Amino acid sequence: MTAPAPAAPAGAPLPERGRPAVPPAGRSRGLYAGNTRAVVGRGLLATKSNNWLIVVSGFFEPVFYLLSLGIGFGAIVGTVQTATGAEVPYAAFIAPALLAVSAMNGAVYDSTWNVFFKLHYAKLYQGMLTTTLGPLDVALGEILLALLRGALYATGFMVIMQVLGLNLAWTAILALPAVLIIAFGFASIGMAITSYLKTFQQMDWVNFIMLPMFLFSATFYPISVYPQAIQWIIQALPLWHGVELIRSFTTGSLTEMVWVHLGYFGLMIAIGIAVTTRRLRKLFLN
Amino acid sequence: MVAHGKAGLCSTLVPAPVISAQSLTKKYDDFTAVAGIDFEVAPGESFGLLGPNGAGKSTTMRMIGAVSTRTDGELTILGLDPNTHGPDIRSQLGVVPQQDNLDLDLRVRDNLLVYGRYFGLPRKQIAERADELLEFAQLADRRGAKVDELSGGMKRRLTIARALINDPRILLLDEPTTGLDPQARHILWDRLFRLKERGTTLVLTTHYMDEAEQLCDRLVVVDKGQIMAEGSPASLIRDYSSREVLEVRFGSDKNAEAAERVQGIGERIEVLPDRLLIYSDNGEAELVKITEMGLHPITSLVRRSSLEDVFLRLTGRSLVE
Repeated sequence: MTAPAPAAPAGAPLPERGRPAVPPAGRSRGLYAGNTRAVVGRGLLATKSNNWLIVVSGFFEPVFYLLSLGIGFGAIVGTVQTATGAEVPYAAFIAPALLAVSAMNGAVYDSTWNVFFKLHYAKLYQGMLTTTLGPLDVALGEILLALLRGALYATGFMVIMQVLGLNLAWTAILALPAVLIIAFGFASIGMAITSYLKTFQQMDWVNFIMLPMFLFSATFYPISVYPQAIQWIIQALPLWHGVELIRSFTTGSLTEMVWVHLGYFGLMIAIGIAVTTRRLRKLFLN
Repeated sequence: MVAHGKAGLCSTLVPAPVISAQSLTKKYDDFTAVAGIDFEVAPGESFGLLGPNGAGKSTTMRMIGAVSTRTDGELTILGLDPNTHGPDIRSQLGVVPQQDNLDLDLRVRDNLLVYGRYFGLPRKQIAERADELLEFAQLADRRGAKVDELSGGMKRRLTIARALINDPRILLLDEPTTGLDPQARHILWDRLFRLKERGTTLVLTTHYMDEAEQLCDRLVVVDKGQIMAEGSPASLIRDYSSREVLEVRFGSDKNAEAAERVQGIGERIEVLPDRLLIYSDNGEAELVKITEMGLHPITSLVRRSSLEDVFLRLTGRSLVE
């Protein structure tokens, strides 16, 4: 047998080396290798060397809304009632809603468009799942990345709220962990839905749902303006829970509904992760 | 060909196979991709699956790679069942997929580092190994380049380097040189041959017979999900073909007519749309006979038999269409 290599300089010989430690046998039947940080590490490195500018640009959208509607439009509106009946300036009323929206946007953008591309074009997950990584490692890692992005937007927005004096109570500090939970919920569901989509056209449906949800989820006015039937529909949607949760913290109008909102997102996270893991397994380990 | 692999701790005369498949079957709904195949691969052996597109080669590779579960039959990789020990098996495999799936968001060297992290290997060990592998893949001077800037051959070598980051016991290569130019193919073959010399078990699929002849100690010819024949390239040619082949072309109009008239010449004749293949131990002598019959082919060529001829004999079809 011959192996001619006309233009190949002799490369360095490859030394023998110890093999990697084999992970414990049959842990969760290959679902989870406990190595989510490798997936997160990859995402951070990729963002650092590529698209950090795009990431930063997403931060400004809610800021612009706050400046135009909250400050400009708010001067005409005056004060608005929160769910507990407290009167607050209009800007302080919509700022927490915009905070929830920024958490949603960051998480959804990352878990839909970015994940869709990696799934179908970059074949990133296919490569990951030929290693010892399990589908749960990949799902958790990607969701955490989306969550980080949502958290980044939210933290910046919180700083602006503080500067403008829109955080009305000490409980506003609780809005930060709350934002993480909201982003987690949206990222999990976003990735689960994306795993079913096959074309970019279908991706437009995500926007089609997001825009009205943004406009009508008691974002810019209290939910009480709606007839009862419409209120129920709004209250079934996730963004309303996010808006009310953050608003109750930043305005200090706390009620027992906080637990309902948290429970809603807990359910969203659980369903999102379970479905995503199952789908990744079906798509790449069948 | 007997494998000359490294014997394990319990050294026996015949080393235990690293891959063993019995009646291995894969069905998708009502389509059978792999229809009950049996084979074994010995440690250190270079084993090939040769067949046309759609023969079930890639499906078989995915089952060996523990990323596709079998529908029926038995499969053991490194003594483990992929259904229950997927991650354990994958930790000792290197996979070069048919289409490169390098991480385009990462630079050349980072591709290796990040991939090593997927296996949970320590950073220091990965970094050292990455530099060695970049040397081996002749990409050391491109370590900081973007993946998109690499040529097709370089991307392929990077994919192979990436597959070696966990120092795998078995390297799976699905069509390793498809789409590469001849020079890039030769460089790649040279790298793979070095791995083989080091004792790495290679399992590769190909529809190029020259590739199979270059790299495989032993191969199976696969068609429609079934194994048609098995052996070393030389023994397959000996068993299923003659020593030489005479190829004659009469032009597409006269091809069929000429085929009628040359019946009886050589051991066997294959009629292809554009030419006749006459199998014989002495091609030149057959050409003389044809000329004496008053037939004057436009072109004629005497060559050694190849695996292409074996495939044609076994399936009645060409390997690359």
